[in-house]
Amino acid sequence: MATRKTSDTGPAKGSNPAPKGSNIPAEELKHYYREMLLIRRFEEKAGQLYGMGLIGGFCHLYIGQEAVVVGLEAAAEEGDKRVTSYRDHGHMLACGMDPKGVMAELTGREGGYSKGKGGSMHMFSKEKHFYGGHGIVGAQVPIGAGLAFADKYLENGRVTFAYFGDGAANQGQVYETYNMAQLWELPVVFVIENNQYAMGTSVQRSTKSPSLWERGAAYGIKGEEVDGMDVLAVKEAGERAVAHCREGKGPYILEIKTYRYRGHSMSDPAKYRSREEVQKMREERDPIEQIRQVLLAGQHATEDDLKAIDKEIKEIVSESAEFSKESPEPALEELWTDIYAEEAPQEA
Amino acid sequence: MATEILMPALSPTMEEGTLAKWLVKEGDTVASGDILAEIETDKATMEFEAVDEGTVGKILISEGTEGVKVNTPIAVLLEEGEDASAAESAGTNKGEDAKAQVKEETKAKDTLPSDTPAAASPAAAAPKPPRTPDWPEGTETKTTTVREALRDAMAEEMRRSDNVFLMGEEVGEYQGAYKISQGLLDEFGPKRVVDTPITEHGFAGIAVGAAFGGLRPIVEFMTFNFAMQAIDHIINSAAKTLYMSGGQMGAPMVFRGPNGAAARVGAQHSQDYAAWYMQIPGLKVVMPYSAADAKGLMKSAIRDPNPVIFLENEILYGRSFEVPVLDDFTIPLGKARIAREGTDVTIVSFGIGMTYALEAAEKLAADGIEAEVIDLRTIRPMDTDAIIESVKKTNRCVTVEEGWPQGSVGGYISSVLMQEAFDHLDAPVINCTGKDVPMPYAANLEKHALVTTDEVVEAVRKVTYK
Repeated sequence: MATRKTSDTGPAKGSNPAPKGSNIPAEELKHYYREMLLIRRFEEKAGQLYGMGLIGGFCHLYIGQEAVVVGLEAAAEEGDKRVTSYRDHGHMLACGMDPKGVMAELTGREGGYSKGKGGSMHMFSKEKHFYGGHGIVGAQVPIGAGLAFADKYLENGRVTFAYFGDGAANQGQVYETYNMAQLWELPVVFVIENNQYAMGTSVQRSTKSPSLWERGAAYGIKGEEVDGMDVLAVKEAGERAVAHCREGKGPYILEIKTYRYRGHSMSDPAKYRSREEVQKMREERDPIEQIRQVLLAGQHATEDDLKAIDKEIKEIVSESAEFSKESPEPALEELWTDIYAEEAPQEA
Repeated sequence: MATEILMPALSPTMEEGTLAKWLVKEGDTVASGDILAEIETDKATMEFEAVDEGTVGKILISEGTEGVKVNTPIAVLLEEGEDASAAESAGTNKGEDAKAQVKEETKAKDTLPSDTPAAASPAAAAPKPPRTPDWPEGTETKTTTVREALRDAMAEEMRRSDNVFLMGEEVGEYQGAYKISQGLLDEFGPKRVVDTPITEHGFAGIAVGAAFGGLRPIVEFMTFNFAMQAIDHIINSAAKTLYMSGGQMGAPMVFRGPNGAAARVGAQHSQDYAAWYMQIPGLKVVMPYSAADAKGLMKSAIRDPNPVIFLENEILYGRSFEVPVLDDFTIPLGKARIAREGTDVTIVSFGIGMTYALEAAEKLAADGIEAEVIDLRTIRPMDTDAIIESVKKTNRCVTVEEGWPQGSVGGYISSVLMQEAFDHLDAPVINCTGKDVPMPYAANLEKHALVTTDEVVEAVRKVTYK
């Protein structure tokens, strides 16, 4: 079975290899920088609002993992679908959902994507083909395959990204889904966001498997491991996966090695790992810093260009925070709405 | 001594079958293990083996005969040295010595609750529903089994919309573990009649995703017992998404399959889930009794924009009822049916519980107690108005279900009546339920673990003080 690691597909070898990203248009590189920074700043703000008591319950931040969703969204086409777990803010921002609507959902307000009834873990957008936002570890995996089942049935050429973590990768339903997805050749990319910790349990403490993507081989599913701190590598791998699915060859697995800087949720002090480990990752591997260096080293952007982007992002995030505070709490009548649909939903 | 070979019961719920083919002829010598005949039911075809050795003296039922009742003598087996004349007198033996393996099963069958009024089809005996006729008077009807009604409903809806599809274990090539999907693969092909591996959790989740993605899945669970593997997706993924998404998306789909006790299948295969699913906002829960309801409600369930739990019953699958011959016959979800009018007590039931309710009503009528029997049909949303309206007239209520007592459907009905019709009650409501035990295997114990007609009669006597 053909499988490979992205390390095999690095920059062209030669005596004077071109600097990384030199073959990519400046606008595209800036787009990645901008998108990742939006997630980073949005999540930092969410952390602040949580500290102020404006956000309650569970709040799982995506800081450190930004390159995963930004890279894969760059490989997606309009109409492709995505579904993920409860660590979902980054996915929503990356697929173009409005930061105001996301932040207002975090604060439980009427202006939130679910009118305040979903919260951090449960948001959806039909318009952006974002199917949640699921709080049961691993449940989104068969749901993602089901979305792909529908697309194959409807013969619309779409691909679904089903995101899950290294923790979910040990759930039985993931393997039930692998089996059926390959059996039925469903156009779904299984994206394992391996941030190395399932809450407080490291991958090494949860499995003897040397790698998670290789488990797909038992079902005949191709896959690869990807450097999840490098947005360009993620995008490239994403393109291979999407092409595989769109050609009707069935599912594909991407195990994206990433790292979460913050605790599992806001209430997690993350004492299961050393401060040095986190610090080292931030200093040496940070995805935003990496793309920043590519932009500057390749003279795709100046410091001033990037400062302008920083400022723009800061404003977007501030606006979303303001909106999330000003938007009223949902009317009490909302308690009793959306339990049953009255009319048949639009047929696809 | 010549012995009779009896029509075998190939499953505990089989009542009759077709003697499809004889593989021996008169005069043949057979040994234990030889295949004698092929027996067909609406569910399966099985080979029937000899248990004793001997010579086939006389074939009593010719091949191709349909509707042969279980236990009917179908041939006479002669022992060594006997001649055909012995076969003539074998009738008097009544199969006493026929040690056919099927004898065991047949014996067990005699004690099944399903055995009681099954053939008589109590619904047919009940007066026409006066409150809400389900079809116009004078409409032609056709005698149909619940099994056929369910299949017809699915087929009609699959013809109506290309986005409706069926998935589950053995629904396609095997034609359904209980033959509910018989013929569907031939008509609709493997794209729309999808055989799954044995992986309830996984395929339930895939079906929910397909519903999010614009399709209208019908998920067959081979039995609802296995749906416990999938209950996270039924509740957390299907039932709650519409609410969690602020109304943006939901899961329009049907989860269906046999529910409750069948016969002699033990604790893990004999549970009634009506009360479990009844509790979940976002789900609709349907549990039909008659074939007409099975058809009309199934069609509505498939069209409904919400996830619907459709609880069938293995014992009811083979029962026949009148179904209207209409191009598009539907019954709205959430509407009860008055199956029998009465003035002295209201008996509320649903699904197979209706068997006991109607049978009790007949017995009570003989003693001058007129029971009004309400078939809920849909457990959620529940037509409590119909119950209250009836109780206002009768002032008494007994509920009947096969499920367990604590947290039962009847318990909920009692609380509704306490809160909304207390002043109309002349006696406490009694809930007749299955016993508070896991289902035992032994035939006699199983019979007592389920609710019985006598218990319903007794309850009615208590609340009517008669």
